[in-house]
Amino acid sequence: MGSEFSWRLDNVDSNLLAELATVFAKLSLMAVGGINPLLPEMHRLVVETYHWMTDAQFTTLFAITQGAPGPNVLVVAAIGWQVAGIPGAIVSLSAICLPSALLAGGVATLRDRVAEAPWARNIQQGLIPVTVGLVAASSLLLARGSSETATSPTASYLLAVSALLVTIRHNPNPLWLLAAGAILGLAGVV
Amino acid sequence: MKLTPPTIGQLFLGFLQIGITGFGGVLPIARRALVERKRWLSEEAFSQDLAIAQLLPGPNIVNLSVAIGLRFAGIPGAIASFTAILAMPMVILLCLLAIYAKSTDVPQITAALHGIAAVAAGLVGAMAWRMAQPLIKGDATRWVPRLSLVMTSIVGITVLSWHLLPTLLIFGGLGIFLAFRQRG
Repeated sequence: MGSEFSWRLDNVDSNLLAELATVFAKLSLMAVGGINPLLPEMHRLVVETYHWMTDAQFTTLFAITQGAPGPNVLVVAAIGWQVAGIPGAIVSLSAICLPSALLAGGVATLRDRVAEAPWARNIQQGLIPVTVGLVAASSLLLARGSSETATSPTASYLLAVSALLVTIRHNPNPLWLLAAGAILGLAGVV
Repeated sequence: MKLTPPTIGQLFLGFLQIGITGFGGVLPIARRALVERKRWLSEEAFSQDLAIAQLLPGPNIVNLSVAIGLRFAGIPGAIASFTAILAMPMVILLCLLAIYAKSTDVPQITAALHGIAAVAAGLVGAMAWRMAQPLIKGDATRWVPRLSLVMTSIVGITVLSWHLLPTLLIFGGLGIFLAFRQRG
């Protein structure tokens, strides 16, 4: 394990890359409702099963991807980077995207028969409760992860709850909230 | 409204641009850029591709870019859009990670990241809240079973540490069963 920056493939354990590819390719077809619902499972695998990183590192990597532009799926690239540098990032991102992209491409050619079909709508609606449950569980997991390394765990939980409430009520650009979080962190509050 | 279907080069540049404009998710930006500004496709065509992207597993915006790429330029178009949506954010992320790797012993960076991580947790919670809104419509016979599913799946995942596959099969299956019964 290491975050040393390397472009050279011969420095990287190819078994490790194969493991990353397998883990994320399997998750690709289970990514119902997008990437955030996958966070509890990814956390379980990379922290508890493979011991690739600590709980705190996982939370920090997620925080970094939230501060960067782009799709949520980039958290997978960050995890791959932590495990095996740049090759790890590329392998992991490709593995999580390609199986589902191939499926989407295949179904898109039948779009006229699928997109407005009542059964497709029912399936999509039916998957919402479990997706909400998974995303809510992700939020709890991340809140716990941030509290573990925080100066004050209570302040950390309070900040998470405040960000949630402000977003629900006022829906500001998330960058403002992340910036406010960074300032509170720098001030030693959390 | 006159539509202007993109060439493969425009697909690439368009998705390159969309990739870096979104923070905390790119999907909301895609509709405005593709339907309103660039006028590549109609609202209906966009909704059709979005429905497919959201129905199927995988990162929604990546699925969407593949569906739209295919629509206009076949498989090469899909490859161009897929690469473009991921390329720039990936480069930016790797730069940020390089800075992070060099500064793990800088206390200010670590301190700022503590605050950012807590906010990020809250943002994900707000996403769950927003996604739950369509579930609480209608009378109690409709929303009580749906919300019970949400609550039991949260307990299953967090307290009982259920794995993803059984969680999806059981709670996803029950949810789909409910949706078919309620709508027919």
